[in-house]
Amino acid sequence: MDADVIVIGAGIVGAACAHALAQAGRRVCVLDARLGGATGAGMGHLVVMDDNAAELELSRHSVAQWRALAPRLGADCAYSPCGTLWIAANDEEMAEAERKQQRLGALGIESRLLGAAELARAEPALRAGLSGALEVPGDGILYAPNAARWLLAQHAASVHVEHAKVEALEDDGTLRLADGSRRRAPQVVLANGIEATTLCPELPIRPKKGHLLITDRYPGTVHHQLVELGYVTSAHHSDGDSVAFNVQPRPTGQLLVGSSRQFDTTDLAVEAPMLARMLQRTLDYLPGLADLNAVRAWTGLRAASPDGLPLLGKHPWREKLWLAVGHEGLGVTTAPGSAHVLAALMTGATPDFDAAPYAPRGLREVA
Amino acid sequence: MSDQTQLHIDGQLVRVKAGSSVAAALRIAGGMGAARTSVTGQPRAPFCGMGVCQECRVQIDGRRRLACQTVCAEGMRVETTA
Ligand SMILES: Cc1cc2nc3c(=O)[nH]c(=O)nc-3n(C[C@H](O)[C@H](O)[C@H](O)COP(=O)(O)OP(=O)(O)OC[C@H]3O[C@@H](n4cnc5c(N)ncnc54)[C@H](O)[C@@H]3O)c2cc1C
Ligand code: FES
Repeated sequence: MDADVIVIGAGIVGAACAHALAQAGRRVCVLDARLGGATGAGMGHLVVMDDNAAELELSRHSVAQWRALAPRLGADCAYSPCGTLWIAANDEEMAEAERKQQRLGALGIESRLLGAAELARAEPALRAGLSGALEVPGDGILYAPNAARWLLAQHAASVHVEHAKVEALEDDGTLRLADGSRRRAPQVVLANGIEATTLCPELPIRPKKGHLLITDRYPGTVHHQLVELGYVTSAHHSDGDSVAFNVQPRPTGQLLVGSSRQFDTTDLAVEAPMLARMLQRTLDYLPGLADLNAVRAWTGLRAASPDGLPLLGKHPWREKLWLAVGHEGLGVTTAPGSAHVLAALMTGATPDFDAAPYAPRGLREVA
Repeated sequence: MSDQTQLHIDGQLVRVKAGSSVAAALRIAGGMGAARTSVTGQPRAPFCGMGVCQECRVQIDGRRRLACQTVCAEGMRVETTA
């Protein structure tokens, strides 16, 4: 097939871009090296995040798209509309829950404050003495690797996926593959996650390692995706290691436990001290976890940009190259919104919301 | 000290050599020594015998544990269907 666009990377972001471009009438070739990326390692929380206006816009647009797709998603995508409970441990965090409700409410996003007693009824496994929570019922969860495959399969006639590793981007926009062959297309999308800097060393992307652990099946233990409100402060430190309470009820009855953040390591080994810190934090909220059997622990690398927003748009100086990188810990959520923005820019359409905050920025000139 | 241990597997009394693992006891209890059922309903049995594959998860005295990593104790109650 003579493609109009080549997408590098078949993770959730590349898959969503291919899907959106095919919807816009483009013939798309997706090249993936099967290195295994963040899509196979993450939690798959579909969550409206409101650290800043641009993140809120992108995540709410994206969560709405996932909700619209949900009835058609394959069963193995394991979508569940479980909603999020933002847990307030004390009065200050409860005040933050109220402010969060106002921020979400201003954009018409439904949410509900739960007092201490109501929270205890909603999630009896949480420890006593918590102040309450903000429930965001429109959030959900997904099994991202299957969702990526599903997105790629939707326009089989115009989306073609190939197993190939891109080794270099030449100055005229030609791709050099590992087998020595070359590929060209009028437009190229770089959506290869943490590997983006191997092809474009000028990109301001840093790895942020995360640990996850999954338990055996204990159905009914937890009902919502549970996140501590303190998560927002701990997750966005730009330096140093941190952990936050974050537990997800998988449709199988398993509990997926996060989350940790470590900068500037690409060693994927599970580190016992970090895992212990993360689990200790979980026990602060869910003491019963100590009696549950863990099945597996693993790590993944988030591709972090300096300001936490993805880079979406034309590369400032590389011919034909478009960027869809830097999705950090929110790329499963924001894949559809990112793809919408990028496909609109690439086809000369107007995105549903302002694309300016995501425009590629912070690139270093390298000789 | 007796060289035998008695335990219950799904309510059935099973006698094993002292020091045996629960995985061995499951085998002695009969059949393929099935341990658990997958989320799609397939029967699963101890496979690696060294705590890696997670296929031998059973309920032991009320807690989910690995049969291959647990030594049989007198009067232990093992459930494969919990
Ligand atoms: C621990 C952890 C928890 C997370 N939790 C969540 C969460 O709850 N919610 C959420 O929204 N997000 C979460 N994320 C973030 C999310 O997983 C990522 O943002 C998202 O998966 C990034 O997708 P991607 O397609 O950009 O990259 P990737 O999934 O990394 O895909 C990149 C693809 O590019 C391919 N590739 C790489 N180099 C080349 C090359 N040279 N040639 C060809 N192909 C190449 C790889 O094989 C890979 O398939 C989490 C991440 C981690 C690590
Ligand atoms: S048989 Fe593999 S973990 Fe027990």
